Amino acid sequence: MGGVTRFMHIVKRDLHLAMRQGMDSLMVVMFFVLAVVLFPFGVGPEPNVLARIAAGVIWVAALLSSMLSLERLFQTDYEDGSLELLTLAPLSLEIVVLAKITTHWLTTGLPLIVAAPLLAVLLNMEPDGFGVMIAALALGTPTLSLIGAVGAALILGSRRGGVLLSLLILPLYIPVLIFGVSAVDAAIGGYEVNAQLLILGGFLLGALPLCPFAAAAGLRQAVE
Amino acid sequence: MNLFTGKDLVCLRGERIVFSGLDFGIDAGGVLVLVGPNGSGKSSLLRLMAGLLGPMSGTLQWNGEALTEDPEAHNGRLHYVGHLDAVKPVLSVAENLEFWSGLRAKAGEGDTGAAVLAALEAFGIGHLAAVPGRFLSAGQKRRVNLARILAAPAPLWLLDEPTTALDKRAVAGLERAIVKHRETGGMVVLSTHTDLKLDAFQALDLSDFAPKREGGWAA
Repeated sequence: MGGVTRFMHIVKRDLHLAMRQGMDSLMVVMFFVLAVVLFPFGVGPEPNVLARIAAGVIWVAALLSSMLSLERLFQTDYEDGSLELLTLAPLSLEIVVLAKITTHWLTTGLPLIVAAPLLAVLLNMEPDGFGVMIAALALGTPTLSLIGAVGAALILGSRRGGVLLSLLILPLYIPVLIFGVSAVDAAIGGYEVNAQLLILGGFLLGALPLCPFAAAAGLRQAVE
Repeated sequence: MNLFTGKDLVCLRGERIVFSGLDFGIDAGGVLVLVGPNGSGKSSLLRLMAGLLGPMSGTLQWNGEALTEDPEAHNGRLHYVGHLDAVKPVLSVAENLEFWSGLRAKAGEGDTGAAVLAALEAFGIGHLAAVPGRFLSAGQKRRVNLARILAAPAPLWLLDEPTTALDKRAVAGLERAIVKHRETGGMVVLSTHTDLKLDAFQALDLSDFAPKREGGWAA
């Protein structure tokens, strides 16, 4: 069995687990929707104001909700001993980590991308921004899952892991946030968006090989 | 003929030396039983052998090749049973085992289902195949974990107190599994506080390698 087949084997099992446990993915989307819906109550229902802040609100809410389920990424496997056995499986731990990140993105990032246009309508975003927002989220959310995995591996075994995780990870999310929002704003203002999307793509291509290595190193420390 | 050896091993946990100057050697069909009081480093030695832990100094070799040369190859030839049973509560017993044996299956071995069922039968839990993990007792979970090592063959078994929570019949099942494993040239390292009926095993008393300490409990 080659690396790819084993990778798929782990993704399939984790998707299976996510489906059986059900609520996780749904909760993330619900949190995303509720967090965005709170803003019109807070800043008032004025359409111009909402349209101005729409991109930022959606991106910040996406960051927070993608972080919500990160704590569980390795935690359950760590607690029940599966992580030790995965470390001892005859494939490199980096592939295992990449498979777990893929599942995390499929169960949280992807639903967020689907829900985002609806929320954009709710916030009165200019229709010109929709396509670019989806493209930017499609490039940005996998990066969030990749960076988040490093944090999730580092907090294993610590008390109050969730809070620690946000302190570790949120600062690293800032570049994705800046270029994600700026891409949407540029599209709405009628400017070129290529640069921002290319930078987001660059983040993804950089994180893709680096983060699995860092997270695997964290996991090896955790099972020692 | 496979040969698994360790030479001059020193293990450090926290800031304390657990054991030092430890040598061992097992050849095909051999059984090494680790004995010693709590905290003497039985689990640490097993984790060292599995590669979960690195020795502070000393070398571990498989057929003369250091484990650090190719950790993945070593992973492929060992089964480790630790204190935790790695049984997912939402997956059925068969699904749990199929995941682990599928992860080890070689190219061309399509179906692992038959091997999984045979492994479950060997530990007398064939009837539980469709039951979700959350309904299992501690002893049943341990049997599932032991069935895992039968479902995908590997020459080296590292068993950390495998008899925990097992009843007499399951212990007998484990003894039979070990005999069979040895007949095919497999080797077993295990730590235990209950007496397993084993033929021709070597015992390694870890308290012999403990650092001299002042004050503590006299042996």
